[in-house]
Amino acid sequence: MSSEFILEMEQITKEFPGVKALDQVQLKVRKGTVHALMGENGAGKSTLMKILIGMYSPDRGRILFDGEELKLGGVKDALDKGISMIHQELSPIPNMTVAENIFLGREPSFRLTGWVKARELTDQTRRLFERLEIEIDPHARMSELSIANTQMVEIAKAISYNAKLIVMDEPTSAITEKEVFHLFRIIRSLKQEGVSIIYITHKMDELAEITDELTVLRDGKYIGTRPSLNTTREQLIEMMVGREVQQIFRKPPAQIGETIMSVRQLARRGKYEQVSFELKKGEILGVAGLMGSGRTEVLEGIFGVNPPDTGEIFIHGQKALIRSPRDAIAHRIGLLTEDRKQTGLFLPLSVEDNMTILNIDQYAKGVFLDEKKMEQACRQQNEQLAIKTPGLKQIIKYLSGGNQQKVLIARWLLHDPEILLLDEPTRGIDVGAKAEIYQLIFELAKKGKAIVLVSSELPEILGLSDRIMVMHEGRKMGELSREEATQEKIMQLATGGLTTSA
Amino acid sequence: MSSETTTVKKQERIANNSPLKVKSLAFLSRYGMLLILIALVILMSILSPTFFTASNLLNIVKQMSVVGIVAIGVTLVIITTGIDLSSGSVIALVSVVVASLAQPGGMPLFVPIIVGLGLGLLTGVINGTIISKGKIAPFIVTLGMMTAARGAALLYSGGRPIGNLSEPFKFIGQGQIFGIPFPILLFAFVGVITYLLLNKTKFGKRVYAIGGNEQAAMIAGIHIDRVKICIYGYAGLLSALAGIILTSRIASGQPTAGNMYELDAIAAAVIGGTSLSGGIGTIGGTIIGALVIGVMNNGLDLLNVSSYWQQILKGAIITAAVYLDSRKHNRRS
Repeated sequence: MSSEFILEMEQITKEFPGVKALDQVQLKVRKGTVHALMGENGAGKSTLMKILIGMYSPDRGRILFDGEELKLGGVKDALDKGISMIHQELSPIPNMTVAENIFLGREPSFRLTGWVKARELTDQTRRLFERLEIEIDPHARMSELSIANTQMVEIAKAISYNAKLIVMDEPTSAITEKEVFHLFRIIRSLKQEGVSIIYITHKMDELAEITDELTVLRDGKYIGTRPSLNTTREQLIEMMVGREVQQIFRKPPAQIGETIMSVRQLARRGKYEQVSFELKKGEILGVAGLMGSGRTEVLEGIFGVNPPDTGEIFIHGQKALIRSPRDAIAHRIGLLTEDRKQTGLFLPLSVEDNMTILNIDQYAKGVFLDEKKMEQACRQQNEQLAIKTPGLKQIIKYLSGGNQQKVLIARWLLHDPEILLLDEPTRGIDVGAKAEIYQLIFELAKKGKAIVLVSSELPEILGLSDRIMVMHEGRKMGELSREEATQEKIMQLATGGLTTSA
Repeated sequence: MSSETTTVKKQERIANNSPLKVKSLAFLSRYGMLLILIALVILMSILSPTFFTASNLLNIVKQMSVVGIVAIGVTLVIITTGIDLSSGSVIALVSVVVASLAQPGGMPLFVPIIVGLGLGLLTGVINGTIISKGKIAPFIVTLGMMTAARGAALLYSGGRPIGNLSEPFKFIGQGQIFGIPFPILLFAFVGVITYLLLNKTKFGKRVYAIGGNEQAAMIAGIHIDRVKICIYGYAGLLSALAGIILTSRIASGQPTAGNMYELDAIAAAVIGGTSLSGGIGTIGGTIIGALVIGVMNNGLDLLNVSSYWQQILKGAIITAAVYLDSRKHNRRS
């Protein structure tokens, strides 16, 4: 008895102390289709998927997999049954090779001794890569790979289990357009082989292109399932947010003033060269480029994290010597880093501590800190940025991604910088919070801050920027004004001036 | 009541998200070790009639004040994801040097004290400098210092204890003010000062920040090297203070003094909830941790439990404490 569904999850309920993470949720995936799972952060997508792959067991509910009731004792069980997952947070073992990572825990080996058959390991990896048309050396160490290639290895690994159902959690969040295209090709061929895919994404553009159906969760509840093709962006956002979100980008006219910063011939060996640009008061300068184009590195250079080898930075016409973040902060520059958890947040500390740490000198009253003043400053930021937190003493780890990001922005605002470098400010943030952060960026520009915005999402770059600088392999390829910029023009420059071809 | 109904009740309690219940859970996780300490005290009082007497209780705190002071310094180090293995050896080095200077009819009292504290501070600053400037793992650097300081103590003393200390010097470890042993007062003083330092000053916030995320701290413009040097310096200073108290109490400078104290200090910090992964830890917790160890040592002594068994029990308790702590964090994340 075969049903048309590969997976039927019904009435799934899961509670954690204090939170009902899932409340009678359902998810039905047809065989050989790509099913998008949508919802804001905290909607319950991850919990549902963790149940599916055996990391959690549900309190109530029923799971049918390929027509049979599924009972899992752990992740290994799920893999054996034919369910694998590409996690959003990559977890490579850096000092092992690509091949070793892919076949970790199931290396081809002699039964008795456990001695690994090295050649077969390589061959199997090579065959897998050939099938997926991936060009990565199986002998390379994971630590040598770019983030995009690491992601491709992770994808290959999930496929190598010959799963009947693959869960992909934001697989395109760290890869470039070219690899996205490649991934989609892989997904289509998997579909033809009858493999089903659950596809979690925040990128709406991908829905129509690659998915067949979508299911939306909100606050741990099932909202609905629709065919992807005739669901509009607005309908979807409404399902996810529970309220209508009009135009996300409503950019007010910019009031651009005098030049605040000019960067001249900045270079760091092997990372970027001859990067020059000007930044004006009240302006949002978008920086577009593919992964590895040196955008983040340029920001880190300006901010003194990894100072450039040569080149000059002028602030208000005066040469600024920036050799460390301290110098940059003294020049009233702020940097919102690309990776919140790695380089931004103090996860075990409170919201208040996270906000005030940068500026802690301001709150000193003699030997001690003026706690009232600190609290007041934080409370004000909380209100202005509409940060949702039970209190200032809440440990920041327990806030949603969007609210964490707002706290980090507040940290810089408390310092009142003139220049704000924003590196992927909305990565991994849900739609509602994204819109709020866009609004915030507009307001900051209106207040006269000069903003450099690095983003991998072209609609974001196009929607926010007054001017767009495009980089390719460490070089500045050109600048486009807001009026002349289009996705095609940016991509053309970002890929090195050649027309994009499949 | 059958165990089944209690389980059901438990589940209901977890499911019922009333603020009171969440609060009581938070209360438990926050004051759990304090409750365990109180339970231990009650248990020991029942088992041994001599346990719950003023003199015995004071004795416990006095006994623990040496390790407790070291543990307070180590707590700061661990909060920044570091470790200090050199404390015990620094105690020994300070002990013999101070003893040689605190002879009757010799120098005024402040000389050995200042020299001792300065020596401890120096070892700590050396640790901190090599760790932060040389980018070498704290475990290795302080392991080196542990070996070297012990060697220096043996070399300086010729491997023999140095006795015959001046009367005023003996007051530090043996004296009393209003009936309270002086070491306890010093322990309390260090606890209060460090608590204020850690919670009410810029420096404290930076310590937590570095432990919470060193890279983010760097981006936020914190002088990581300086803070680390200060922390290891402070830990060295407190080890020296502990060494002075110990020397005064046993009225002798011992090159073998303080052996394994670094591990007791780390245990106290960890039992008190300091996380080896950084960013988490309190002085109150560490003091409670030290007292838990002290009450156990003393109680088991009174009950005539062999010291071999005591060690096994202590090991089990340390591991159990860390296990409970990690469960607490996992459940909430």
